[in-house]
Amino acid sequence: MRSRWGLPGMVVIVAFVALTVGACHKKVPPVARPVQPPPPTTFASPTKPPAPPEPISEPVVVPPAPIAEDRVSTASLDEINKNSPLKPVFFNYDTAEISSEGQKILDGNAEVLKKNSPWIVTIEGHCDERGTAEYNLALGERRAVSARTYLVSLGILADRIRTVSYGKEFPFDPGHSEAAWGKNRRDHFVVTQK
Amino acid sequence: MRRTILVLATSLAAAAVLIITGHAAQSTATPQQQPPAVSLTITGEPGALPRYAVPDFIALSSDAETVEAAKTIGQALWDDLNFEREFDMIPRDTYASIPAARSLASLPFDRWRELGADGLVVGTVERQGDSLRVEVRLFGVKAQQSAFGREYVAPASNSRLFAHTIADEIFQTQLALRGVARTKIAFVSDRDGERLTGTVETRTVKEIYICDYDGANQRRVTVNRSLNINPTWSPDGRSLAYTSYRRGAPDIFISMIYQGTIENPLHSKGEENFLPVWSPDGTKIAFQSNRDGNPEVYVMNRDGSGIRRLTNHPASDGTPTWSPSGTQVAFTSDRSGSPQIYVVGADGLSLRQITRESYCDRPTWSPAPYNEIAYSARTGPGFDIKVLDLATGERRQLTFGEGSNESPAYAANGRHIAFSSTRAGKRHLYTIERTGKDLRQLTKAGNNQTPDWSK
Repeated sequence: MRSRWGLPGMVVIVAFVALTVGACHKKVPPVARPVQPPPPTTFASPTKPPAPPEPISEPVVVPPAPIAEDRVSTASLDEINKNSPLKPVFFNYDTAEISSEGQKILDGNAEVLKKNSPWIVTIEGHCDERGTAEYNLALGERRAVSARTYLVSLGILADRIRTVSYGKEFPFDPGHSEAAWGKNRRDHFVVTQK
Repeated sequence: MRRTILVLATSLAAAAVLIITGHAAQSTATPQQQPPAVSLTITGEPGALPRYAVPDFIALSSDAETVEAAKTIGQALWDDLNFEREFDMIPRDTYASIPAARSLASLPFDRWRELGADGLVVGTVERQGDSLRVEVRLFGVKAQQSAFGREYVAPASNSRLFAHTIADEIFQTQLALRGVARTKIAFVSDRDGERLTGTVETRTVKEIYICDYDGANQRRVTVNRSLNINPTWSPDGRSLAYTSYRRGAPDIFISMIYQGTIENPLHSKGEENFLPVWSPDGTKIAFQSNRDGNPEVYVMNRDGSGIRRLTNHPASDGTPTWSPSGTQVAFTSDRSGSPQIYVVGADGLSLRQITRESYCDRPTWSPAPYNEIAYSARTGPGFDIKVLDLATGERRQLTFGEGSNESPAYAANGRHIAFSSTRAGKRHLYTIERTGKDLRQLTKAGNNQTPDWSK
């Protein structure tokens, strides 16, 4: 069987003989001795020749310009809303139904609106924290709409009343008791134009 | 004559040495030539996950930022690889006895083997101006072979991005698994405590924030000092749609957060538009609106055109979510007397009720290959996160009454769910595996709610 090193080995021997002939009495130079191949390297280097480095990046958040605050005539409205003649309506758990007590309050609010005919109001529908954030948006909306419907039935023009649901986002009482929840299930009236 | 022989002999000898060298080089080169496309898959002991070690990367530059980045990348990469729980990550505090490598060419594989490592991720970090150049290798420790090798260049300011990129590539190449290390979570927070203007009540603004999947890099992306809720990522991860009260009535806004531009596709005239969710192809948005008098689910094109009503019932219908193919929408309706989850075709047909519990909301359809819907369900005084497998009808519960748990959102690979919980007092964001394991808290400041996980 011919070894893999046969051919170069033979060449070395030929060279060795020639050298010996030429340099007569010289000792065998160690460099020309047939050598074992080095063992394979202990681990392989990366699979490919190094590719150029891959640029990685992440976009940078650009904040939008802050919007200008719309404060047209809000100062005088704030005075009205601080001691509002329009009283809040409270609700039972998970319902948008106006109770008889709530109807009395809305009767009073309707009188106020009739006396102040230029007023445009927003009814904010609010919920306690016991429902989910998402469903409470729908519940708060229905609470606001049911008050508007009642006021319209008393002769208030529908386009004087806007509705906004805040779900459970802005509780009036941050507590976690039934007392707090009772305060947070409400329609809150805000005069937005006068 | 004698001289001629000498010259000839010398030449012959030189030729012989050359041949030997050449031959030897060739023979040692052969095992180095690995197939370029086929990568080594690192396996563990039979029946066990492969055990991975990720030591600190090697800082090739001595400035403080590079040295810090080398540590950060190692730790973040360990955390990233640990997140999917497909690797048995060897704790980093057990590496102390192994001498730190100075280069990728001299690694003490025997020592890593003694520690039980099957896979070893090592890398170098080198400063290049304002950037860092990172070279990384994944080695099979037993075979002492490279399974993955790559170089990256990125700005030095966000060294964790190297780790996240490497982790996702290792998941892809080793497990054919889509990692989520580069995904982000959008959410709502009141943490800045700014007072809402235009109201006599004391109310704190809520703005939209984003963070990395692991809670790092939390930052604010809206600045309108109003109430902003329900953020959802566009499928390309460059836009957020959300509900904002900045113009009074709640309306849908789309912020292109990397351009700083905002769209308001519906321009509400007083009607209330909530809870936008992008269709999987990003061309449509489903939302809840009272434009026809009471809460219903609608679909519009991204620019606000082509509004279509999907539900029609005097009860409240809302909180939509798309199926992964975009052919169905799940939503919440209280038409049965309490909020329950329903599924309807995107054409408005084939309505069916899928939950019959005391109170269910915020359905969130999983991405493929899972076919399940996560939702919040009332289980006592508060809510817990549950998952309904649509194929089998089986339900599983992921949280068990620790605080109130709401608003589940799937990671892009379907393996994790983000949600909000009051278990630590204030409302914070958490992630949990779809199996209910590995709970992690993401937020610490303020109150945080309604997460959405980028695709």
